[in-house]
Amino acid sequence: MKVNVTVNGTVYEREVQPRTLLAYFLRENCGLTGTHVGCDTSSCGCCVVVVDGGRAVKSCSMFAAQADGHEILTVEGLASGGTLHPLQQGFWDQHGLQCGYCTPGMMLTSYALLKQNANPSEAEIREGLAGNLCRCTGYQNIVKAVQQAAGKMREAVSAGR
Amino acid sequence: MIPAAFEYLRAHSPDEAFAQLQKHGGDARVLAGGQSLIPAMRFRLARPSVLVDVNEIAALDYVRTSDGMLNVGAIARDSAIERASWIGDRRWSLLHDVSRVVADPVVRQTGTVVGSLCHNDPAGDWTAVALAARASVVVRGKTGTRTVAIDNFLVDSFTTAVGEGEIALEARFPVPDDRSAGSYQKVERKVGDFATAAAAVQVSLNADGTIRSAGIALSAAGPCAVRVDDAERALTGQKPSADLIRAAADAASTKSAPQADLRGSIPYKKHLAGVLVARGLRQALGRLGVNV
Repeated sequence: MKVNVTVNGTVYEREVQPRTLLAYFLRENCGLTGTHVGCDTSSCGCCVVVVDGGRAVKSCSMFAAQADGHEILTVEGLASGGTLHPLQQGFWDQHGLQCGYCTPGMMLTSYALLKQNANPSEAEIREGLAGNLCRCTGYQNIVKAVQQAAGKMREAVSAGR
Repeated sequence: MIPAAFEYLRAHSPDEAFAQLQKHGGDARVLAGGQSLIPAMRFRLARPSVLVDVNEIAALDYVRTSDGMLNVGAIARDSAIERASWIGDRRWSLLHDVSRVVADPVVRQTGTVVGSLCHNDPAGDWTAVALAARASVVVRGKTGTRTVAIDNFLVDSFTTAVGEGEIALEARFPVPDDRSAGSYQKVERKVGDFATAAAAVQVSLNADGTIRSAGIALSAAGPCAVRVDDAERALTGQKPSADLIRAAADAASTKSAPQADLRGSIPYKKHLAGVLVARGLRQALGRLGVNV
């Protein structure tokens, strides 16, 4: 079947099987390998992407066919021009990654979290990321990274940017 | 693992979904959130030859109250309950509690309440909650639409009253009165794991402080979620007390019929079911200002 999926603002028209999972569509049909496949069974959160601007989804548990006509945001779409997204900058500054495998999923889950709640407490960040596993166990700095990003994003909003 | 091949059909209205399901009968499955179905298909535990995707049916995406019922549409996400404006109201404390512990926060943005009831996993959360809350499910079939009480809806593991070619359109939870509160107690090894044991409790009091009605149900305690009717009967009409809570907990332990697995032995899980019912009753009563 033919699908039209907008990924990071670019329309990808591709021929897929109905059983093609969104994670594999992004990696293999669109060549966007920033979305990682970890457990492949919706436990680890490495494959999280954002659908239609607000809903974080584990892309190993959604079919590409379901994304037909929808907008997907992946880690490749976070930066604008040469400027890192505040979440990416936060992970950079706070040493929020070690091996980096879980990082795209952490960032996209956090992106949806901050859309929902611009000023989350530390506890709310930890709860919000409870579906994402980091095998390096670097949670402390991941939480700091999201806190930094939330602060910067609030500043940007209040500065009218 | 990649699922077995299937035909993908996207429905844009309840009528279209129903027509597609009628046409394909037992070969077709409804795809709502897919957070249980898709992993099951990946493990080849489910091999439907047709999927009818209902996610595009905006008319089924609602959570609203009418005629004394909270109506939850077929594609309302778990997160819609978690984020509802009224979720902090103590009358809804059972739904409040469960909405924060289903699967994990990402899965809850896609998984649906009605889908969870239809999946009827022995360790599901919404099934036990629906029993305690005395919910019902609206099912559309060939002869029209019918409302099925949750006790009749949950038939057996992964089996419900939804027949071939039929579709569950809505879950209904009676709006509790002011002197009502609930609690959901779940023990899980980690976020997103199946419950080791879980208990759903809903209590309503009379003006004199006696218990007008009680809903008590267990998950991960048998082939499907189970109502602890002995405990409900024992509580009704009584003044809350430590002895009464102990009796309800004992009834829950007796009723629980779990399987031994990596999460625990049968005696442990039976014991845990009782402990969780007692905790749930204490918390629900505490929310009503009654400390026992």
